[in-house]
Amino acid sequence: MTTPRLDTDFDFELRLLLDAIYHKYHYDFRNYSEASLKRRLKTALGQLHCETISGLQERVLHEPNTFAELLRFLTVQVSDLFRDPSYFRSIREKVVPLLRTYPSLKVWVAGCATGEEAYSLAILLAEEGLLERTQIYATDIHPESLRAGAEGVYDIERFVRFSENYVAAGGRFSLSNYYTARYGSALFDRALRKSILFSDHSLATDSVFAEVELVSCRNVLIYFEQDLQNHAIALLRDALRRKGFLGLGAKETLRFSEHAAEFVDFVPEDRIYQRI
Amino acid sequence: MNARDVAAVVIGGSAGALEALGEILPVLGDDFALPIAVVVHIPARRPSLLVEVLRAKCRLAVKEAEDKELFGPGTVYVAPPDYHLLIEKRGRCSLSVDELVHFSRPSIDVLFESAADAYGPRLIGVLLTGANEDGAAGLARIKQAGGTTAVQAPDSAAVATMPAAGLRLASPDHVLALPELGPLVARLGTPGHSSNMRRRS
Repeated sequence: MTTPRLDTDFDFELRLLLDAIYHKYHYDFRNYSEASLKRRLKTALGQLHCETISGLQERVLHEPNTFAELLRFLTVQVSDLFRDPSYFRSIREKVVPLLRTYPSLKVWVAGCATGEEAYSLAILLAEEGLLERTQIYATDIHPESLRAGAEGVYDIERFVRFSENYVAAGGRFSLSNYYTARYGSALFDRALRKSILFSDHSLATDSVFAEVELVSCRNVLIYFEQDLQNHAIALLRDALRRKGFLGLGAKETLRFSEHAAEFVDFVPEDRIYQRI
Repeated sequence: MNARDVAAVVIGGSAGALEALGEILPVLGDDFALPIAVVVHIPARRPSLLVEVLRAKCRLAVKEAEDKELFGPGTVYVAPPDYHLLIEKRGRCSLSVDELVHFSRPSIDVLFESAADAYGPRLIGVLLTGANEDGAAGLARIKQAGGTTAVQAPDSAAVATMPAAGLRLASPDHVLALPELGPLVARLGTPGHSSNMRRRS
């Protein structure tokens, strides 16, 4: 089932482009899952009006603006507030009672994109009376996403779905308690915004920056090849204090990781693990 | 050129596809040694019964595809709801939450195009009944990469839109009524089958 096949020009050029990006801009996509990366690059070629990957490489190397645009195609993820409500329900009902025992809390949302997950956790922790003693770190490699997250402004039309999720996730009030709507946008309250520190961090090339009680890293690892997955999981483990919690995406698992034995299942159905 | 032996099968469908798969997959017996990746459009927010329903009808093993899982022989891998299923080189699954394609996640195009890249001519692609055009471009890509393509005959499909688009875009090798699709996959996927012999010469 597993006979190798010949690489196409596209594959060769892809490797060269990723090397070029790494050496020039220090963004490391070399160990990302190739199939998604290829698909995104094909979209980028069309949008950036390039015929070939090597044509794109020429521009990426000599036009920093083109690189910034390409980065958007390679990284941006659209998420929802309280995506997979049962995950947030489990955090609230099963993880929070243990978080409550700490005098102060640090939470890390790794691969936060435009911040939806970080705000979801901030709202949840506010309702549980823990936000005032919590510092949330939200990290990503895409500067524009970090800026958008720090602004805390989202299209109001998305809030129909967000509100459904919020209720399904066990929200205690109304989501509208947490934002001000104007001109088709919703701005999250200042208390939520100042609880989250958005900053640049790469799971591929950076190291641990804090000791935290909870890491939420959802639908990020699926974009990595296995070696990079293992590398990232080791990094998340090192950031967690003993008995700290790691939440993954609904279809992500530590089961096949070389670090599986360093965690125990905490809420298996919602992919919440506890560091031993 | 024995590298042309078929290595995998991909099947996609939408409205009516569960019933169609329920006719195709049971035809394949214990001796069927290829992995089969399946995308059926299903609502994102409901737990899917797809795996259970197919498992009850099939002799082959049926499971939800997991991220970075290596394809095994004689196993049906079903894309989980709300995730795209992609095939990496050397037959490994990847999941993604990238944007919807043809209003769908999982999308048939995403599976078919990645599988065409991974397997080239060693792939069989089958497009079934459905109410939108997802899968047609993917089937064309499989054909372009030298793979074998089949479409459910639109007049035999519960909803003709999807196979009709496949017919238009991909000029598939086989256009067959539902009862003939299972035997076709069984035949093409059997080592030493005459059509493989022909392709090899």
